[in-house]
Amino acid sequence: MTIVSMTVNGTAASADVEDRTLLVDYIREHLRLTGTHVGCDTSQCGTCVVHVDGKAVKSCTMLAAAAEGAEVTTIEGVANGELHPMQRAFNDNHGLQCGFCTPGMIMSGIDMVNRYKAAGRELDEAAIRHELEGNICRCTGYHNIVKSIAQAASEM
Amino acid sequence: MSEGIGAPVKRKEDKRFITGKGKYTDDIRMENQAYAAFVRSPHAHAHIQGIEASAAEGMSGVIAVLTGAQLTDDGIGNLICGWAISSKDGSPMNMGAWSALATGKVRYVGDAVAVVIAESKDEAQAAAEAVEVSYSELPVAASIAAALADGAPEIHENAPGNVIYDWELGDGDATEAALAGAAHVTEMDITNNRLAPNAMEPRSAVATYDDAEDHYTLYSTSQNPHVARLVLSAFYQVAPEHKLRVIAPDVGGGFGSKIYIYPEEIVCLWASMKTRRSVKWTAERTESFLTDAHGRDHVTRARMGFDADGRIVGFKVSTKANFGAYMSLFSSAVPTYLYATLLSGTYDIPAIHCEVLACYTNTVPVDAYRGAGRPEASFVVERLMETAAREMGKDPAELRRANFVREFPYQTQVIMNYDSGDFEGNMNQAMEAADWAGFAARKAEAANRGKLRGVGMACYIEACGIAPSAAVGSLGAGVGLWESAEVRVNPVGTIEVLTGSHSHGQGHETTFAQVVAERFGVPLDSIQIVHGDTDKVQFGMGTYGSRSGPVGISAIVKACDKVEVKVRKIAAHLLECDPDELVMEDSQVKVPGTNKALGWHEVGLAAYTAHNLPADMEPGLKEGAFYDPENFTFPMGCFIAEVEIDPGTGKTDVVKFVASDDFGVIINPMIVEGQVHGGIAQGVGQALLEEMVYDESGQPVSGSYMDYTMPRAEDVPSFVVEHHNTRCATNPLGIKGCGEAGAIGSPPAVINAITDAIGNNDISMPATSAKVWAAIRASGTGMAAE
Amino acid sequence: MHSLNYHKASNASEAARLLSGTEDGKFLAGGQTLIPAMKTRLAAPSDLVDVSGAADLRGIKVSGREVTIGAATTHAEVAANGELRGVCPSICDMAANIGDPAVRHRGTIGGSVANNDPAADYPAAMLALKATIKTVSREIAADEFFVGLFETALDDDELITSIGFTAPAAGAYAKFPNPASRYAMCGVFVAKGDDGVRVGVTGAGADGAFRPADFEAALDGEFSAKALDGISVKAEEMLSDIHGDGVYRANLVSVMARRAVAAAS
Repeated sequence: MTIVSMTVNGTAASADVEDRTLLVDYIREHLRLTGTHVGCDTSQCGTCVVHVDGKAVKSCTMLAAAAEGAEVTTIEGVANGELHPMQRAFNDNHGLQCGFCTPGMIMSGIDMVNRYKAAGRELDEAAIRHELEGNICRCTGYHNIVKSIAQAASEM
Repeated sequence: MSEGIGAPVKRKEDKRFITGKGKYTDDIRMENQAYAAFVRSPHAHAHIQGIEASAAEGMSGVIAVLTGAQLTDDGIGNLICGWAISSKDGSPMNMGAWSALATGKVRYVGDAVAVVIAESKDEAQAAAEAVEVSYSELPVAASIAAALADGAPEIHENAPGNVIYDWELGDGDATEAALAGAAHVTEMDITNNRLAPNAMEPRSAVATYDDAEDHYTLYSTSQNPHVARLVLSAFYQVAPEHKLRVIAPDVGGGFGSKIYIYPEEIVCLWASMKTRRSVKWTAERTESFLTDAHGRDHVTRARMGFDADGRIVGFKVSTKANFGAYMSLFSSAVPTYLYATLLSGTYDIPAIHCEVLACYTNTVPVDAYRGAGRPEASFVVERLMETAAREMGKDPAELRRANFVREFPYQTQVIMNYDSGDFEGNMNQAMEAADWAGFAARKAEAANRGKLRGVGMACYIEACGIAPSAAVGSLGAGVGLWESAEVRVNPVGTIEVLTGSHSHGQGHETTFAQVVAERFGVPLDSIQIVHGDTDKVQFGMGTYGSRSGPVGISAIVKACDKVEVKVRKIAAHLLECDPDELVMEDSQVKVPGTNKALGWHEVGLAAYTAHNLPADMEPGLKEGAFYDPENFTFPMGCFIAEVEIDPGTGKTDVVKFVASDDFGVIINPMIVEGQVHGGIAQGVGQALLEEMVYDESGQPVSGSYMDYTMPRAEDVPSFVVEHHNTRCATNPLGIKGCGEAGAIGSPPAVINAITDAIGNNDISMPATSAKVWAAIRASGTGMAAE
Repeated sequence: MHSLNYHKASNASEAARLLSGTEDGKFLAGGQTLIPAMKTRLAAPSDLVDVSGAADLRGIKVSGREVTIGAATTHAEVAANGELRGVCPSICDMAANIGDPAVRHRGTIGGSVANNDPAADYPAAMLALKATIKTVSREIAADEFFVGLFETALDDDELITSIGFTAPAAGAYAKFPNPASRYAMCGVFVAKGDDGVRVGVTGAGADGAFRPADFEAALDGEFSAKALDGISVKAEEMLSDIHGDGVYRANLVSVMARRAVAAAS
């Protein structure tokens, strides 16, 4: 067991967990932030994406202990009083159906917009589709997810 | 109007999902919760010689190790298939026993043999690995061909030759005669590939037994919690219905796979009673591949005959269907009443005969998956039509046009009676939107870039809202297929609508509310849709087969009819007018052109205070209804796909996809289009990417996302979705349903486009890059070398 | 996932020391392959020594055409490094297409090279770039490093510290991803260096990443896609699975090699 401490959504968090604890289990089971999901066991579906020190990572493929001291943002932490433009865009464009992949999509969407903006690159439809390589949705056919991210990119 | 029928209202349910506040089954944590891990067979077919659990029982955190023998001793019944199909000779189907925990034999890789209940998930898992099961392996039949071969291993002793049934529909003699006299016969062997449904939320169950009340509660990833309770009670004897509450909270997609009641839910309920603990189980994705019912898996020989003018004269279809190791809940109905009955397609076909041979194999059970039977039928019909057109040198669109059903109602030769449609109108709309006429120029332009471009069309039809109950009962269904609803107007005028239709992505909380908002002229926000809990909603048949619109909403409309009658009586009494003079709009009940008006909430309050109601009227304002459809509904449409193929690698890109659908009356076009998008992506997935593969020994080869190709954002284009709707003639709002259409029409459209591009018609789904490249080489028509 | 002990190393020597005290420990870099293997219980190390935060294992140094990439440098860092792109854009482009964005934020060059997955991208680059794999105790040439499927010349407790190579005059990587896993079904890295053309192939070979000698000889003669006409690898030496048989993969090697050469020319 190890006491693992980090900042999650701006709040200090600490828990005594087994060393094998994955970051996603730390978030879901110890902090009870259940918006971050688990949809596969091979690190492909992206329902578990969170930001660690500002970068999108798959929280199912990282040990909690490895995030010691990190700033972690989950879906529960992206709204700041009002919805984040990416969240609003998913609602505006019907970018979600069952909602299970949605937190990961939103976290990946925010990350890709941030990266493209920082690099001064245009995030067009082809780029959005390519950047979504690590996020699988079974409901929407991606059409409206792509629209949602494009809208948010113009607003962020 | 902006919130009513036809308005693209943003979804009410979104907020909780986009903020991470959705509540899925795995998010539930009960006090005193323990975890289940299943011991599963690594063999596809074997005798269980013994189970040695003592080492596991002694491990850290282990509460119990339970086996099938104990389950049977406790009187838990076998899993059943709920639709009885008889063979041609009248004999009943051969349903083999399926125990939630295998006893005696295992019949597929993943068959559950025992369960460990432990304090933590990791401890349960570790102990499950320590349970020693000794097996004596048996020969395996992992495919239809292997199961039906001479001397094939017998999977169930009451199914000789592994045959479940040998069924037929239509007129065999008339069809053979028509084919014998045909000017042209197109004959094809067609495989419909086996798919894993892959809802993104893995299945999960949390079961709690309350021994003081002798009562069970099950949280479950279910599309139909009431059916789950019915089956768990009536057939599996877990608990009587009044002692069992099933809650399906937010559910992360279903696509059919969450209709069925699986061994895991049964075992969790039973184990919670045995251990007096809440028991949670959540599938890992690998476990989902091993246990969720798969879809499709047909092999078919089909012959379609035409006269000299290109009119279809007869259609003969012989299909073998793989049911896996056990008969899942609806399995028997899929290749029969959901498949053979759709083989007339959108065409006027005077003679049809279909034979279906269903068999067991040593694979995961197969059942309904998005479309269920109808994609298989659509694929056969539309591949035949396209191929026939090419063989006869006719334009594929014109061949379809010449054969469309044009007058309604139309009685097919395979039971169905189409009520409405304008099939040519949808085809015209799709061809225009796809710029069908400009294809040759696009093909030439693509060739300049070294790409092979092809176009393919499919005119699908499907049948939704399976019904009426008496009719399906006569065909063997074990349940009625109506839906129920209750509309409660509260004293303050807000409205709760209780429905048996479960929403797991379909947006019912919005669309159902739109119907009620328009009906009573009240704001959308004043309406709450309640579903998914057997303690809240009296009964319901759940969500599958695109039935929530045509059947679920119809039940709500029927309940609203009753509420309206009472509202009119109360308001007329208070306003001293005739009930028929009243209109309901702007949150008022009023007589137009007068100052006679009551706020909607005042009517609600009057109903509950009951201070001044018409004589003999009961207080309250709450009505329920059961709606039993008088017919199936028949959504149809025309899909056009354009592909570009890289001849060097065989990789196919779907570069354009146009859909023109007829869904009848649409409540929320935004949501309906979303359903079509998702369905098309699944259909493109089936056509190009997805296949659940087993090797000869019955080991799954594509049992994770490392090998099972899920469509990703880059694998599909943006879609063009258009509507050319005709009102459904058989339900109150004229709704046909939209949930499965995309998955039904898209596979043949894509394969027709690929075969057009490469000039080789011999390609099976999924048309992987490797297969397409080989087909290009075989045809010699491509630019295979760079 | 099985129980384990986690250790965090702040530098390479501490990492080596921590691992030496374990029963069946492994180094953990980005964990993008190791952790999935542990979750599906295909790997069960007693201990993990996390080197992702080891300062002396991170960073990219470019000196003239000499490149050194710290073993714990992530794919995203390789992809985005402007200095590296200035001398060797091909490796940046390759890194930009490993896995997906989230994987690239964690996965490292050292982890990828040490794991030697037959479908990983980096082994092809290492071979083509004639890279040197530097460990705490020695330097190993790429040609000697990749031994077979998931097998390398590393000793069990030997930690990679950095990768070094001389940036080629021209280079490119062409990848045909496995549609499901997105690993390479075939990836060909072509590099035209001072002492000739080198070609690294991953994803296709039955024995892991390899260099097709015929391809290199032909490209030494003329560095153009056309030079590869009529040359192919042997289908029977290629991997065969549900995604494509050996004949198909052999074709992919030819096609991707031509495309890489065309992109590099």
